[in-house]
Amino acid sequence: MLVKYIPVLVMMLVGIGFGVFAVVVSSILGPSRRFKVKRETYECGMPTEGATYVQTPIKYYVVALLFLVFDLECVFMYPWAVHYRKLGLFGFVEMLVFMVILFVCYVYVWKKGALEWE
Amino acid sequence: MEMLEFVVPALNVKAILPQAILSLTALTVLLVGVSSPHNKKTSSLGYLSLVGVVVALISTLMINGARESAYNGMVLMDGFSSFITLIVCIVTLLTILSSINYQRFFPRLNCGEYYCLLLFAAVGMSFMGSAGNLLMIFLALETMSISIYVLAGFKSDEAQSIESAMKYFLLGAFASGFLLFGFALVYGCTGTMDLVKISAFLTAHPEVIHSKMLMGGVALMTVGFGFKVAMFPFHMWTPDVYEGAPTSITGFMATGVKAAAFAALLRVFFVALGHLQADWTGIMWLLAFLTMTIGNVVALSQTNIKRMLAYSSIAHAGYLLVGFVAGSKLGQSGILFYLLSYAFTNLGAFGVIALLGRDGGEYTSLDDFAGLGFKYPLMGLAMAVFMFSMAGIPPASGFMGKFYLFSSAMKAGFIWLAIFGVINSVISLYYYLRVVVVMYFKEVERDVVMPKPSAAVVVGLVIAAIGVLQMGIFPSYFWDMARQSVQAMLM
Repeated sequence: MLVKYIPVLVMMLVGIGFGVFAVVVSSILGPSRRFKVKRETYECGMPTEGATYVQTPIKYYVVALLFLVFDLECVFMYPWAVHYRKLGLFGFVEMLVFMVILFVCYVYVWKKGALEWE
Repeated sequence: MEMLEFVVPALNVKAILPQAILSLTALTVLLVGVSSPHNKKTSSLGYLSLVGVVVALISTLMINGARESAYNGMVLMDGFSSFITLIVCIVTLLTILSSINYQRFFPRLNCGEYYCLLLFAAVGMSFMGSAGNLLMIFLALETMSISIYVLAGFKSDEAQSIESAMKYFLLGAFASGFLLFGFALVYGCTGTMDLVKISAFLTAHPEVIHSKMLMGGVALMTVGFGFKVAMFPFHMWTPDVYEGAPTSITGFMATGVKAAAFAALLRVFFVALGHLQADWTGIMWLLAFLTMTIGNVVALSQTNIKRMLAYSSIAHAGYLLVGFVAGSKLGQSGILFYLLSYAFTNLGAFGVIALLGRDGGEYTSLDDFAGLGFKYPLMGLAMAVFMFSMAGIPPASGFMGKFYLFSSAMKAGFIWLAIFGVINSVISLYYYLRVVVVMYFKEVERDVVMPKPSAAVVVGLVIAAIGVLQMGIFPSYFWDMARQSVQAMLM
């Protein structure tokens, strides 16, 4: 029975092997020159100014989270749409239930003011 | 291993009717709560959710007796799931009644989100009793747990409440991981997630029964469920979480989660893994003994009543495990009876404790109860009834519950476990009766005034007290119901 999982094992070994191989080979073959700029947090771009511990508004966090929820809703709808005929009435009602629940959440989020930027 | 073939299930609303009603109510409450945010003084949201729970309760009683599996075996509709849904509905009902009073002093709790989460937790609990598939059990468990993590930290202005939520969340997520790993190993051995099919596979392939992989899966599942029911050695979170959570939620956690987790435990171990009964009985014997002993002994030295009841809840998990070890139909019926009895008793006790809570203090120290017995005779009487029931003194339901559990253990030949159970009950008498003694005979040091309780909580406490006395004095109705529920369990 476990024989069926051998492809998974091979896949895992190949994955791990590739990662180890890439790191080892690049550290052996690649030139290694060390100076101050190389050890900066951001090697390219602006030199940092002041402390990095500053407060950032998390407004975007809420939007991103909500985006994820409704984005996933769409993801679920793709396989549903592909098998729509086979699923028949059951699939239609189930998707309706799913959409209604998410719609209630949408109204909640809207009323709560989570979509307001200011 | 069979290829995964997809069969479109029939749309069987009847099988999920109570849960559907609870979910609809939850969504309605959420919408109503957010569209009228300024009525902080009224308890309309509480009463609205109450209506939903009562309708769900009636629908449960109406479909009781049906026996079929729905949604490709994901949901099992049988007497067992009806009984669990009944317990869950009663637990939610009493919790809401207590919350309506409690939230007057903690207006933060009076919002749509609170009741919405409460109802969704109830949906999860009820599905744990009717799940026929490991995946469904996991989904139901997460629906329940995630709601309760948030509810435990609902007093977001109190550090203790946040601490409680954080501890419960981190440890709970860890325990869910164990459970899921266990499920994965069992799936790996048997090639199916369906409880009935797992059992059928093990009958057909007896050589798998003692494979290390299956044993490992069972052990990991025991850890996951053990955490939820507060079984030794996975009980360490209980006192901190129970103490910090809002009092109205603590009772809900202690009774509802326990009932749901025991329901899933019974289903998984007796329906799917019945072939391994001889293997798990020994370890469960030890865990039952340790769980009740540790719970009771540590409860002796508690001075905070919420912490004391937390350790008592660990001890009660131990008593319930005695029925689990017995393993017979009698033991399983005993567990169901005890869960219902414990729901009435514990929610009653937490309802009384919540009566004292108000702005600026929960008044949960044992000394706060000094003299309250004479000052508020009805409240004192109610608390005394609930404490007698927890200790297992005859007129109350706790006695009958313990009687059924311990006698099932005796009949199955676990005489020493029954003896240890009785010894533990005697130990527990000390701390339960101490509450009564403090209420009636202790000198009053700090004069605690109880705010006038609202009608809702009085109704709730009366229901709880009637339940406790009814189950204690005329147990046969409930006992028959519990027995029929176990008989009608889909195998």
